[in-house]
Amino acid sequence: MTTSTAPQQTAIAPNRTVSQLQRLRKMSAAQWATEILKYAVLLFLAITFLLPFYWMVSSAIKNDTQVYTVPPVLWPDPQFWNNFWDAWSSENFNLFTFNTVVRYAIPATVGTVFSSAMVAYSFSRIRWIGRDTVFALVLATLMIPGWVRLVPLFIIFKKLGWLNTFWPLVVPNFFGNAFFIFLLRQFFMSLPDELSDAARIDGANELQTMFRIILPLSVPALAVVALFTFMDAWNDYLGPLIYVNIEEKWVLALGVQRLRNAVAEIGNRQLAYPYLMAVSSLITLPIFLAFFFAQRSFIEGISLTGLKG
Amino acid sequence: MSVLTQIRQITPRERRNILVGLLFALPWLIGFLGFTLYPIVSSFYYSFTRYDLLRPPVFLGFDNYVNLITDDQDFRIVVYNTVWWVLFSAPLGVLSAFLMALLLNTNIVARSFFRAVFFFPSIVPVVVTAFVWQFLLNIQYGAVNGTLQSLGLPTVPFLSDPKLVKPTLILIHMWAQGAAMVIFLATLQDVPRSLYEAATVDGANALRRLWHITIPMVSPIILFNAVLSFISGFQYFTLPWLLSGGTGGPNQSTEFYSLFLYRNAFVYLRMGKANALAWILFAVIIFFTFVLFRASGRFVYYAGNSR
Repeated sequence: MTTSTAPQQTAIAPNRTVSQLQRLRKMSAAQWATEILKYAVLLFLAITFLLPFYWMVSSAIKNDTQVYTVPPVLWPDPQFWNNFWDAWSSENFNLFTFNTVVRYAIPATVGTVFSSAMVAYSFSRIRWIGRDTVFALVLATLMIPGWVRLVPLFIIFKKLGWLNTFWPLVVPNFFGNAFFIFLLRQFFMSLPDELSDAARIDGANELQTMFRIILPLSVPALAVVALFTFMDAWNDYLGPLIYVNIEEKWVLALGVQRLRNAVAEIGNRQLAYPYLMAVSSLITLPIFLAFFFAQRSFIEGISLTGLKG
Repeated sequence: MSVLTQIRQITPRERRNILVGLLFALPWLIGFLGFTLYPIVSSFYYSFTRYDLLRPPVFLGFDNYVNLITDDQDFRIVVYNTVWWVLFSAPLGVLSAFLMALLLNTNIVARSFFRAVFFFPSIVPVVVTAFVWQFLLNIQYGAVNGTLQSLGLPTVPFLSDPKLVKPTLILIHMWAQGAAMVIFLATLQDVPRSLYEAATVDGANALRRLWHITIPMVSPIILFNAVLSFISGFQYFTLPWLLSGGTGGPNQSTEFYSLFLYRNAFVYLRMGKANALAWILFAVIIFFTFVLFRASGRFVYYAGNSR
């Protein structure tokens, strides 16, 4: 999102390191102490933040003895890497992945991106009387707690016969998401008006202007919307819990819970903890990879909207 | 009369724009009517009825509300738990995010690395957060208690002692503040450097610069994050649900408002009561948000040209 509006830029000055070296030379003893303290705190926090993930992955490759040893085994030896595969095939996780991705996340993402882009286009690139009033209404809906809509929506979807289908999770995404309408509107407004004017002079209608001019220039912003929507669907627990709670339609979040329940009945099932941690690692991996390769999009998308992950 | 003349003054071009504009906004407009307005209005209606999804709703007047407030022992526990949670989690969550952002905003090497590390916990699937922490803090097999034990220290029943569960949830909450932190960091980087330089010349130390420059300059974002934390705090569900295995235990100590609402709606199928609960929540959230915005007038500083 290199062309986003100026005040939200989070870029870090490139000459930092140089000035840092100059600064180091001039520091007093007290300043050195502060610096050391600062890095000590940073490192302590970083380790605290990473430890749960290290523990998750390292426990995934343990056997039961290593899991239940006191003091805890930091570096398992021997390592049981086939736990990942065994855990994955201990339940029908291929089906749960298919349900999560193909039946939920992809349609939700497609719907959100297109509908939000279209609505944002109306609120930013078309001048119509009453536009800002309607947009204020869009923002106002952000304050409505989800639980107020949840119960009546459940009643509606039940009446429609949509329980235990993916419709309740997917269909609402085709009607725009207020957060993303806001995000895309900000982005579209930063594109110069001359672009649309030129297209209009060439005889393009609004739909053509949107698809040929505005959307191609907004790929970074659309990617942020797609990324967040996909991730929200991948991570969603409450939605599937309410609407698609039958085993052949379970998503990953519900499937993992089966392994968690196996932990609760310890003694009945071997390798319960390693399996739980193995599948937890595997479903975190795509999020980690997405974050690793698209860190800028995550960070700038969040600072642009104030969106909570 | 004036409305009529106004309508006549609309040029054909303006009329065309209104039509096209509404057409492009149509998905949201339909969605708003179908998935927001109608549900909220029907929820209000259901909240005055007894409704189990099988038989048609029976009108009860204010009974659901009156019963909840006057003689529902569970409701009292739930309200206590939720208010406790909101009062502690919102300030401490915002504080955690703000302190992390402050730390990252100083002159440090590998800032992107630390930022990534602090941010990551806020985007992992919540089931993973729940199960990994449950494992770490387990009284018998957990790494934390295992370490305490091998150091000869007493073990701590983080998740099984009713007194300790909520503070433990606060710690996990503070650990997953990456999104708010990123918002703070972006704002901190927008504070003009000239302000700090001027203050340093005037002899202000780091603490005074923090108090007199940084905090006023980011106060709108503190308010923004606080409001978001309040709203989401009232609706806290998935983590306590998963950590307690859906029971709200131990001993109802993690039975928060939304768990109670879920149970009434989807386990007991008391849709009337559940909708009354939802509307009480709605009213409380609007009230709190309003109070927060009003009270903030004195503390929040809006720079002339900021958003």
